[in-house]
Amino acid sequence: MMTERVREDFPILKQTVYGKPLVYLDSAATSQKPRRVIDALVRYYQEYNANIHRGIYRIAEEATMRYEQSRGEIAAFIGATRPEEVVFTRSTTEAINLVAYAWGRANIRAGDEIILTEMEHHSNLVPWQLLAAEKQAKLRFIPFDGQGILQLDEYQRLLSERTKLVAVTHQSNVLGTINPIKEIAMTAHAAGATVLVDAAQSVPHMPVNVSDLGADFVAFSGHKMCGPTGAGVLWARYDLLDAMPPFHGGGEMIMLVQLESSTYKDPPHKFEAGTPSIADCIVLGDAVDYLQGIGMAAIRAHEQRLTDYTLRRLAEVGGVTLFGPRQLDRRGGVVAFATDVAHPHDVAQVLDQEGIAVRAGHHCTQPLHRRLGVAATTRASLYLYNNESDIDALVRGLHVARKLFSPRPAPVQR
Amino acid sequence: MALDDLYREVILDHYTRPRNKGTMDGADITVEGANPLCGDELSVYVKLTGGRISDVRFVGRGCSISQASASMMTDQIKGKTLHEARALVGQFKAMMHGEEVPEEELGDLMALQGVRKFPVRIKCATLAWVALDQGVEEFESARGKVEAKATSEVE
Repeated sequence: MMTERVREDFPILKQTVYGKPLVYLDSAATSQKPRRVIDALVRYYQEYNANIHRGIYRIAEEATMRYEQSRGEIAAFIGATRPEEVVFTRSTTEAINLVAYAWGRANIRAGDEIILTEMEHHSNLVPWQLLAAEKQAKLRFIPFDGQGILQLDEYQRLLSERTKLVAVTHQSNVLGTINPIKEIAMTAHAAGATVLVDAAQSVPHMPVNVSDLGADFVAFSGHKMCGPTGAGVLWARYDLLDAMPPFHGGGEMIMLVQLESSTYKDPPHKFEAGTPSIADCIVLGDAVDYLQGIGMAAIRAHEQRLTDYTLRRLAEVGGVTLFGPRQLDRRGGVVAFATDVAHPHDVAQVLDQEGIAVRAGHHCTQPLHRRLGVAATTRASLYLYNNESDIDALVRGLHVARKLFSPRPAPVQR
Repeated sequence: MALDDLYREVILDHYTRPRNKGTMDGADITVEGANPLCGDELSVYVKLTGGRISDVRFVGRGCSISQASASMMTDQIKGKTLHEARALVGQFKAMMHGEEVPEEELGDLMALQGVRKFPVRIKCATLAWVALDQGVEEFESARGKVEAKATSEVE
């Protein structure tokens, strides 16, 4: 993969911040957008903006056709057996809430157990807390070890006939850990449980094939994979979708509406009530096409090389504690760290002055940080457009921060 | 926006060499403050003698702004009555929210003015102050209840 050529595709990378070139190291929060994605958004609004699935006129037909075409492209991208298994949502969060509401309410009963992990993003934790509270179900958590690897022997112990769902992140948004989903799903299925995967941090960064993963539900966000905000995806096995009651009720999702009752469309439209983010869903197809043009395996290899470089350079800074697995094949390009003298917010503030965008805080994973024994971390996250000079800038910025916040000699008393 | 507008030397000095840091036994007021957004936490301890703050300590973890602000606060409120301390809290919060305040009353605390340009950090600067204010309020309302009870018993 030619990083320099890829960088040319992203207009924002030409921006300067405080007179310095933008160094964007926060792609785990949201990715930057290539020119063709930005252009495709403009093209929709300028050339065929119309509501879908109802217009009889030319541009409405074009919008509908492209919306469904995008669904097909996404289905092929993740190895779904049919496009109807792809439900457009607003985000990963909405996709997980959809499952918790529609599937969860119909399938979780008092005394049932839901197994999560201690490294979940709040979006794959809070919806289950809500469901568990409503249904008097119990949440169980797979712990992780000192390197941020899930303790699967603990998982085995937690699984029982009470387990109805196992909901796990594919890649941690803090530790970078890539979890062995295939193995987790197989064990869950053997125990009769359903499996949901939060793939927000994996689908944008590595080849993911949902048929191969063996999960029942997979959720991810378009904006983390070069697409616009406002378009996310829930993939689910068709038979599960078909058996589930709807999530939101309203237009678009119905067949026949009477005053007292209605009948619903088949999946995926049953779950897409109201006018969706039409432009964003269409353009997510362009983003997928862009990523495929580069190749997900090439993106993964690039990020793995750069993660290696990042871990090595950060270890040289001194006073830096790195979190997550050391083994490169067990982690992605998300690097969270703490420094000895400077608080993450101060680190991020100093880096900002150098034009470097990183994240500081708990990254929507308060229980994970409690487990690590720190209130907050600084996180640098990589994508296909990052290069070694981005990491060199980060390292220079960290030296500035450490110098600024190091104890200085007490002033001489006169 | 230059970094040293935010990280003034006096702030860095208080951050790296915090004053009055530590716990206190037998404090008259103990109060905890937290900023859930960034996970910053601190506790403030106040000892009263003859109606004045005779000793004050704080412990906590957080960014340079929250820790330096707490350290500077402990320096400034020592010797004050609770009423005077709360008045200072009011002035400090007013300054952080962009109001004009008499510089001589705030002294070194004026160094925290630079934080105003960074809206997300204002809560870091006010963390200790909000906690102190709450602690004093709880102390006074508890004392008020005790006094009210004493009065009603006499009657």
